[in-house]
Amino acid sequence: MTRYSALSLFREGLRGHKGWSQAWRSPKPKPEYDAIVIGGGGHGLATAYYLAKNHKITNVAVLEKGWLGGGNTGRNTTVIRSNYFYPESAALYDFGVKLYEGLSRDLNYNVMFSQRGMIVTAHSDHDMEMAARQTNAMRLNGVDAELLDRDQVLKRIPLANTRPDCRHPIHGGVLQPRAGTGRHDAVAWGFARAADTRGVDIIQNCEVTGVITEAGRCVGVETSLGPIRAGVLGAATAGHSSVIASMAGIDLPITSYALQAFVSEPLKPVMDTVWLAPPFGTYFSQSDKGGLVIGGGLDRVPSYGQRGNLPMQETVLAGLAEMVPALAKVKLLRHWAGIVDVTPDSSPIIGPSGLNGLYLNCGWGTGGFKSIPAGGWLLAHLMATGAHHDLSRPFDLARFPTGHLIDEGAASCIAH
Amino acid sequence: MQIFTCPFCGPRDEREFHFAAEAGKTRPDTTGEVSAETWATYLHAQRNDKGRTREVWMHLPCAELFLMERDSVTMEVFSTQSLRKAPQ
Repeated sequence: MTRYSALSLFREGLRGHKGWSQAWRSPKPKPEYDAIVIGGGGHGLATAYYLAKNHKITNVAVLEKGWLGGGNTGRNTTVIRSNYFYPESAALYDFGVKLYEGLSRDLNYNVMFSQRGMIVTAHSDHDMEMAARQTNAMRLNGVDAELLDRDQVLKRIPLANTRPDCRHPIHGGVLQPRAGTGRHDAVAWGFARAADTRGVDIIQNCEVTGVITEAGRCVGVETSLGPIRAGVLGAATAGHSSVIASMAGIDLPITSYALQAFVSEPLKPVMDTVWLAPPFGTYFSQSDKGGLVIGGGLDRVPSYGQRGNLPMQETVLAGLAEMVPALAKVKLLRHWAGIVDVTPDSSPIIGPSGLNGLYLNCGWGTGGFKSIPAGGWLLAHLMATGAHHDLSRPFDLARFPTGHLIDEGAASCIAH
Repeated sequence: MQIFTCPFCGPRDEREFHFAAEAGKTRPDTTGEVSAETWATYLHAQRNDKGRTREVWMHLPCAELFLMERDSVTMEVFSTQSLRKAPQ
């Protein structure tokens, strides 16, 4: 496999780009593996990579029913951040941001993590008090945060609505300077290539249709390519986690919803940070190609249909037009939806599934992309050691009967 | 814009409706001891079916709860029916 570098790019440029090798193999599944990861999105591929890298377990298969990164990894708004409120969440999400900071070098694949900062604006005196509380909480948890006043926000976002009749005038905001955006496909492809290099079999178009249990332990899966056995299994299937869990006879505390996103026609550079305005639930950034990448809240209807509905589309885009009236006439290029796995406390589920031998990494809801390296690292730790990493222990399913919920949806006032 | 049919008001805009819960859950009998696991299952565990679902919805203008059967992939609605029972 070709190692990517400035030199190899230069060399291939002179040779007409004919010397590049394939980034990963497409092997036939073996009848048995040491470990199987269900789901070939970012989290699944990261899990396989860290199983190989951190735990030296390389006899691993990743089973993907479609194509790599074809679910939510390819359907998000690419925001990477850790502006959370509770210590457990801050530790978890900031671990993800820190892994992203070194990811391009680690994977030898440019994931284009651009730390352009993210601002959550405040729109009243009361909002400013909550913004100060949020800033303090983040700093206490060791995450970078700055409380901005109105002028500081407008300096960073000169486009913002300052009309005297503006519905929600800006009073200030919370900035996380280390937050930013990444290249979503590159994250999936980078993890796939790095995992494949270490011997992991990535098997696409292989749908899991059932789990094989023997003596109360999960020992493999039935798939569209036949049964495959494994010593240990992990599921990282996002919005379809309930489908996998139901094969194991488990009902998860998860409801699947569609989450929509939009990208506009390419514009000249107008926005060099990520801005979320909580009164509208709308946020946007600008991609390197110039398109505005726009997101918002969940659709109101539980759904597995990977497309959005019109009422939420209207809500999100009306929000954008109020945040930046100058963008009201910008045309949309594409619009899509992913199916996200929403838990009662808007925090993920990482831990044993309840069926021996099967571990879960799910429930990330609307925040899965930024957590890909962290989720993969922690699921790999569980699968390799059978025990929780300190970062994942609070996110075990046990928090539901004990009542130790980590209610981030309510705490940080951000769109989940 | 999708049209849902309220059993009381007829066909209306989807924005007038609110998803309440999955149908078929039974609240634990609180006259006896209820374990934390039973409460957690009742409160949080979901079937979250892909495909045909049975759900309780509310039509907000008339505030009536009703049963809706629909497909969670295609969004096709099969039926809506009242949850009212005759007074005892």
